[in-house]
Order: sequence, then C-alpha cells, then structure tokens
Amino acid sequence: MNNNIIARLDWLLILMYIILVTFGITNVYSSTYDDAVISIFDLTQPVGKQIVFLGLSLFIGGLILAINVKFFEKFALLSYIIGILLLLGLFVFGKTISGATSWYSFGQTSIQPSEFAKVATALIIAKSMSLFQTDIKKPIILLKIGGFLLLPAFLIVLQPDPGSALIFGAFFFPLFREGLDYSYLFLFLGLVSLFLMVLSFKIGIAIVIIIAVIAVLFYFIKKSRQKVKVWPFLLALVLSIGFSYSVDFIFNNIFEQRHRDRINIVLGKETDTKGIGYNINQSKIAIGSGGFSGKGFLEGTQTKGDFVPEQHTDYIFSTIGEEWGFVGGVFVIFLFFGLIIRIILSAERQVNTFRRVFSYGVASLIFVHFLINIGMSLGMVPTIGIPLPFISYGGSSLLAFSILIFIHLNLDANRLNDW
Amino acid sequence: MIRKFFLIGVTLITSLVFVFKLVSLQLINSSYKLLSDNNAVVEKLIFPERGYIYDRTQKLMVSNQPVYDLMLIPENLKIFDTLELCQMISTEKTEFEVKLKQAKRFSVKLPSIIVSQVSKKDHASIQEKIWKFKGFYLQKKSIRKYQDPIGANLLGYVSEVSKNDLKKNEYYTLGEMIGKQGVEGFYESHLRGIKGKKFFQKDRFNRIIGSYEDGKYDEESKGAKNLTLSIDSELQKYGELLMQNKRGAIVSIEPKTGEVLTLISAPGYDPNLLLGRERSENYRKLALDTLAKPLFDRGLQAQYPPGSPFKTLNALIALQEKVITPNTTYLCNHGHSYARGMFMECHCAYGSQNNLIKGIYKSCNTYFANTYRKIIDEAGESTASGMDIWNKHVKSFGLGNFLGYDLPTGKKGFIPDASYYDYWYKNGSWRSATVVSNAIGQGELLTTPIQMANFTAAIANRGYFYTPHFVKSISGDLLPKNYSKNTTSIDSIHFETVIDGMHKVVEIGTARIAKIPGIAVCGKTGTVENFVKIDGVKTQLTDHSMFIAFAPKDDPKIAIAVFVENGYWGGRWAAPIASLMIEKYLNKEIKRKRLETRMIEGTLLEEYKKPYSGKPFSVNE
Repeated sequence: MNNNIIARLDWLLILMYIILVTFGITNVYSSTYDDAVISIFDLTQPVGKQIVFLGLSLFIGGLILAINVKFFEKFALLSYIIGILLLLGLFVFGKTISGATSWYSFGQTSIQPSEFAKVATALIIAKSMSLFQTDIKKPIILLKIGGFLLLPAFLIVLQPDPGSALIFGAFFFPLFREGLDYSYLFLFLGLVSLFLMVLSFKIGIAIVIIIAVIAVLFYFIKKSRQKVKVWPFLLALVLSIGFSYSVDFIFNNIFEQRHRDRINIVLGKETDTKGIGYNINQSKIAIGSGGFSGKGFLEGTQTKGDFVPEQHTDYIFSTIGEEWGFVGGVFVIFLFFGLIIRIILSAERQVNTFRRVFSYGVASLIFVHFLINIGMSLGMVPTIGIPLPFISYGGSSLLAFSILIFIHLNLDANRLNDW
Repeated sequence: MIRKFFLIGVTLITSLVFVFKLVSLQLINSSYKLLSDNNAVVEKLIFPERGYIYDRTQKLMVSNQPVYDLMLIPENLKIFDTLELCQMISTEKTEFEVKLKQAKRFSVKLPSIIVSQVSKKDHASIQEKIWKFKGFYLQKKSIRKYQDPIGANLLGYVSEVSKNDLKKNEYYTLGEMIGKQGVEGFYESHLRGIKGKKFFQKDRFNRIIGSYEDGKYDEESKGAKNLTLSIDSELQKYGELLMQNKRGAIVSIEPKTGEVLTLISAPGYDPNLLLGRERSENYRKLALDTLAKPLFDRGLQAQYPPGSPFKTLNALIALQEKVITPNTTYLCNHGHSYARGMFMECHCAYGSQNNLIKGIYKSCNTYFANTYRKIIDEAGESTASGMDIWNKHVKSFGLGNFLGYDLPTGKKGFIPDASYYDYWYKNGSWRSATVVSNAIGQGELLTTPIQMANFTAAIANRGYFYTPHFVKSISGDLLPKNYSKNTTSIDSIHFETVIDGMHKVVEIGTARIAKIPGIAVCGKTGTVENFVKIDGVKTQLTDHSMFIAFAPKDDPKIAIAVFVENGYWGGRWAAPIASLMIEKYLNKEIKRKRLETRMIEGTLLEEYKKPYSGKPFSVNE
C-alpha cells in the first residue's frame, strides 16, 4: 500500500463519477416523486435505497483503494468462482421479479448477482490475458477465454435475462485491443449486417443481395489478382445463406412475439404507438417534449403522468431528456464520453497486461451499457432491459460499477508501482 | 493503431449519433412536444340526464335519482382500518377483501367499483369519513326513479350495455347504460340523448386543472328528450291492483286515436327491483320464475284463443257477406249436432229460437256454428275460397299479424286460412264442419290481448282503428312513426246490430255484472277452453275468463280486453274487472265498492298451484 495514493488518484475521473451518481439520484427522485413529498431518507422508497447503496459503494470504494494493487490479480479466479456460484445459486434461492429469476432477496432489498458477475468476468479475462506467453491468436487460448465469457452469459440467459447476457459481448473490445484477429471483427460486423438484412427484407431478397455482393467481390478481386481460388467464395456464399436461413428460422419460430415486435419497431417495420412500441414511443415523446432547456426539475408532465414505464430504472434517460432538456441530455452524453475515454487513455498507459486489460474492460462495459440504454431511450436500439450505469435506480448496478471504477482507480494510481 | 483507437472511435461516433438524435428530437422536431400535450389532456364523456317519462295527463311517471358508487384506485391505497370501512359499507370483511383483490387485478391505475350504489344510510357516514381512506372515493351516478311501482313490463328497464350491444351499436362504450325492453328500449335514442366530450388539462400530478384550450375541442352533449305516454297512470295503477294475485292481462285503448291507456300484465314486478345493488340477483329471480313469468308481457306476448268475443266478428263477416240478416234465426236444443255423431253443446235452453242479437247476448254456440258454416260454405265459390274470404275479413281487424305498435315485443297470433287446412287434411278433405270450432273462437285461432283490445276498438269505431301506440309525443321531436287509420273490410252499417247485441250482453245477457249505472257499456264475455301439456300429457285446466268491452256505446272513449288465466267463465273475473276499469276511467271514482273489494281481494293462486301439486285435481269448479 502506497501512502501517497490520495495524491496520485485520478481526481477528474472521481469528479465525473460523483457528478453522474448525484445526477442519477436526483433523477431517480424526480421519476419516483409523487403527490406526497418523499423524504430522501425513507428507506422504503427507491431514492432512499439508492442513497444507502451510494453510501455502501463509497465505503467499499474506500476499502478497494486501501487494498494492495497486487491483490486483484490474485483474487481474480476466486472472484470468478464466487460469481458463477452466485449465478448458480439463483436456480435454488432466487426470487422471481417480472418473470426473471435474477435476484436474491433480503427483506426490503434485492441483490442481482449478474451485475457482480460483470466485475468477476472483467477480472478473470484480464488475468487470463496477462498469463505468461498468452497469445490470443492461439485457438486454445481463444477457446478458454470464450469459455470464461460464455459460462456466465449462458447462466444469465437461463434466468432468463438475455439483455444482461448480451453485455458480455463488451469484452470483444479489450480482446480486439490485445490482438484478436481482424477476421473476428469482420465476422462480427458481417454477422450483424447479415442479421439486420435478413430481418429487414424477405429471405429471398436477402439471398439475392448476398449472391450479388459475393459475385461483385469475386469479380473485383479476380480483376486485381491473377490467381484467385473459387472455393473460399463458394464457402462464404453457402455459409451466408445458411446463416440467413437460420436467422430467419430463429426469428420466426424460436423468438417469442414480443422479441420480434421489439426488433421490428426499431427497424421501422411496425409503428404501433399504443401496443408494444408504447415504451419506446412514450420515451421519445418525453425526451422530445423537453426541448432545449427541459421542463425543469420535478416538472416533467410525462414523467409524473407515469406514461413511461420503468422510468426510474431502464428509461431514466427519458426523465433527464424531459426535465433537463437538450442541455441535460448532452451533458450526460458528454460525461459518459469523457469517463470512457479517460479510462481508455489510462489503460493505454498501463504496462502491466492485467491492469490494461481490466481497465479496458471497465471502459468497454460502461460503453456497451451507454450504447444500449440511451440508444433504447432514443428509439434506436431494441428494448433491452439494462440500466444506465451510475444513474439508473438499482443498488446492484450502482455497487458493481462503483467497484469497477474504484479498482480501476487503484490500478491507475499504482501504474508505476509493484509490477 | 486501429486496435488502439477502435473503442475510442466507436465511443465518439456513438456519442455524436446520440447528440444528433437529441438535436432532431428536442430542437428540430416539434411533433413530440404536441404528443406530450395529448398525454396530459384527458377526455371525459358527458352524459345528458336521461329523459323523463310522463303519462297522458302530464303526470310524472319516471325521473332520475342520484346514487353513489364507492370507487377505488388501488395505486393510491394507503394503510387503512379495513374493519371500520367494512362496517361503514355493511359488508363482510372476506367479501370486501375479494373485491379489493379483483380491483387490483383489473388495474392498479384505473378505478374499480367496490360497492355499487351505496345505500342512502351508508352514504352519509361514508361521505363524512372518506378522507381517512386514501384511494377510495364516491362517484355519483344517475339511475331511474319511479313515482309509482307500476308498468314494469311496459316501461322496460335501464342496464349496463352487454357485449352484444357493443357489437351491434358503435355509439356505446363499455360501462355505459342502455334502455332495454318496453318504452326505455324502443325510445332509447330519444331518452338517452347524445353524449358529449370535454377535454381537461392535467398538471404533472395527473390532476385536472381546467378545461383544455378553453373548451375549443369540446363536444356539447345533446339533450335527452322527455316522453309523454298515452298511458293513464292512475288507470294503469288501478288495473294492476285489480289483477293482483291473478295472472292475465288488461289492455285498454282510446278508440278514436289508438292510444293505449293501459297495458297491464299480471303478475308484473316492482320496477325498483331492477335498479339497486341487487339488480342482477333480482333479475335472475324474475327470469327463473318460469310458472308466473313476471318478465313475460302477457298483454303483448301471450297468445290465447279469442273465445266467444270472436262470435261478434263472425256475425259481422256473415252480415257483410250477406249469408245472414239480423233476423236470421236458428234453433238451439241445448246445442246442436253439426256432423254425424258430433254434437256441440250450448247453454241455451232446449228449443230456444235465437236471432242475431239474442245469439250474441246469450252467446249461443249453435247460432254461430251455423253462421260460420254458412260463411265458409256460401261466401265463396268453394269451401276453400269461403275460408280465405273469412280469413281476409278477420285480418282486416289487425288479427293474425303484428300490429306495428311502438314497443319491441309482440306476437302475431294465428288466423288459419285454406292452405293451412289443406296442409293438415290432404286433398282438401276438410269441410266447414271440420273447422267449426273457429265459429266460437276456439280451434286454431290465437290472439294476443292487445289484438283483442284493438279489435274491440274497431267495433267501437264502427269499422276502423288507429294502430295502437304507447307514446303520444316526444318533447321537441316528431314521433318516429305515423299512426294511420286502418279501415276494416266490414261496412259500418253492419256494426249497429252487433253493437246492440253487445249492449244487451251487459244489460240482460251473460255480463250483467258489468253494468255501470249511467254508462252504456257494450261487451262480450268469453270462456276459453284451456289445454296444456304437463309432462307430455294433454291436460285440461280451468278455462280462461275473458271479456271485451267498450263504452259509452254511442261515443266510445275506451275499448278494453281483459284476460284472466284460469278464471273460469267470462262473467266471473274478466267482466267485472273490465267494468271497474271503465268506471274508473270514465267516472274517476268507483261506486260499486263491494264488487271492487271482491275483485281486489280475490285470488287465483290456489288455482295456479293445482297442476303442480302432484295430486289429482278437478277443473272449472
């Protein structure tokens, strides 16, 4: 433990963190505020609980800063095992809230282990990457790391909470940073675009487009080079068509109607303002009605009318947009941008692989939440129920992201020590 | 390089896209601002007060009264003293908790009815203490108020719209009220008016703070119309009193206009039964009473053979077809033999010589059997054409078909014609003797009381009638129908003889009991044979007592038909009841108090129990 950690802490990052959580609690208060004035210390109310969790987060954060920086690397495997056990335990002790068994209940409060699994996974991925002679390009290593990612994701899908499981895709970014082959990037992007194409058009049209694209590619490549093998193109063609058919099949036969609806609305295929598109539409109305400077704190008519569901959790950004307007919305986006970039830049300066990968993982996790949550509130991403870090109501999320931030702060402050 | 800046780049692009989206949503596109206003505006439906119903003397019959429902919005519920509330609303705790659960299951945000139509007694104490129970409130609602508990079947009732109503008529939405049956049903669109809309601005706590845009988009509700019935409510009330503990119907009509003065179906029910909290329970009980059938409007729907009063019509047809003259006489030997081995009994003494007038006031079966056979045999070229000529005359009196009055229920009755008998007797093998029961109003004939009253009015008018109807006028509105004059196929000169006969029925004939000092009453008794199937066995029950009458003879003001089920002969129940009705209507007071008391207190309930007692029973005693 270094005595001068206080001096070496990234105070700008801490400031951004403090502003985000404070703003978050303000908006949780506003979106749960009712006719009767709620005491912020009323522990049965969301805002009271959130304040308790903030206190807890700061306390644990202080402890984390006091721990020797080497501890986290050693602790990684144990934390991962605990995380997986907690997820497994849900099948026995879990409490079901709105259809998903994702919670341990303790009296007034509930804990969501999938949030903490994010911390544990960030640690184990960083640990795996930092082991001696680890080369991400080796299939065996890739398989191992893929396993570490898929295990918690799989357990979370079973809850079922596919939104939270999707978050584990965030680790693509640190892995890519550490040298994951480009082909995976293209594969990733290719699959996403194929997926969207199949859903946007009829399967027949999609296949015509696939054939056309591959034929054009083949033609231009053949023109520029002398010798070109035909089979990789044929293989790509067959695989693409196969993938398209399976996406089509999964979408129409495996997905439930609500999943299809959510995707269709974002793709603009259906506009149903009172039915399934209700959340998204109401959220857009709330944000749009905010105008430039918003309606003011506690003045949001959409928020108070309870038109937007889940407003203190997943749709908190609509409260911000309505009550704080364009100014507030851009302020939050700017803070997140600053936070993510600052963590990435700090990570880039780390020489120790474990610390770099971990910090990179923190930035990636925050980014994916930011992307999906605000994108959803703005109607650009399908409804996926995940919180906006530091801002949404939810003790587990606040605590987990605070732990990520404080571990990063510790690693950052000790960049030049003990490696 | 790409690897290092990939996430930074993606974050930057994402942030920029979000900012652009915010620019478009919040700064450029104003349609979301408008949509937000729509959310904060609430639409309320304004229902005009349902129209009042008056009787022909402008006496109020039906108005409205306020009642209160105890409502709950579960979301606003705070901890409260359940026991105290249950005591206040006189409800069991377990029952209350079930209601509470149902309300929560229905919706947390929308109001549910916890207690519908709180009693007046409870209302006061709830009003005082409701502030203690957050989430609960009283909602005012308007229901019907009946000045007198009369005319339930005639008036119909008001109830919540059913799923079927919603499908049939787009005007209504769930939970609205609709008139059903009777006047309430037929004149629903007049009585309800047209609902309006008001838009209110809500504040951020969802509270209404005033009208939206100064009521620019509001739609005025259009006033409901009041009805003036043709019914005389005093007479209606009196008739219902006379018919208590009896089954049957009284229909009386003002002959000159076709306005129905009374439509009484006994047993009826108290219209207040279909108002209060126990509405559905009461309705169930009424509907399940399959013996007395209180919901069955006997005046419009019950089909009885017309019995002896029908003889007057056969007399008119025979005169019109010139098969008899007023002086034609027939010999009656306590009846007569009309075919080999077939004898029709009559109560005339052995060796009676009856002309037409005597035939009517003695109600001689023999006379009319012969008259009827002459019509069938001689009016046309064949038996069949004779039958069809007879049928056409009968139908010109409005029998055998719907009359076209302004109520939603009714029956056609039945008047046979040649093709009907051809169907049953192959190759036209039927003769006038085969169908001779029609002569005395038995056989295949079926009529409803209102048809018989209308038929009586046609006689009183000497050959025409106005389509009977129940509503005289609608405030500020034309009647939906034009009630035209219908002329019968009988020339008016033929009526005088028959009317003389009917006058003698009351003066010296079978209905002397119906004589009213100072009023010339014309009438005709009927004793209608009554067979029913009980457990598949054709059983004879005591005859129906029936009477038709009109008065005064030369300037008829009322025509009336009375049926008393299982009342035995016509003079026993129907004739005195009809005459009391006429006396009440024309003289406004009853002088014959003893007769009145006997009729009011008389009961036939024992008679109605007979077939269901399981013991052997005798009829016509």
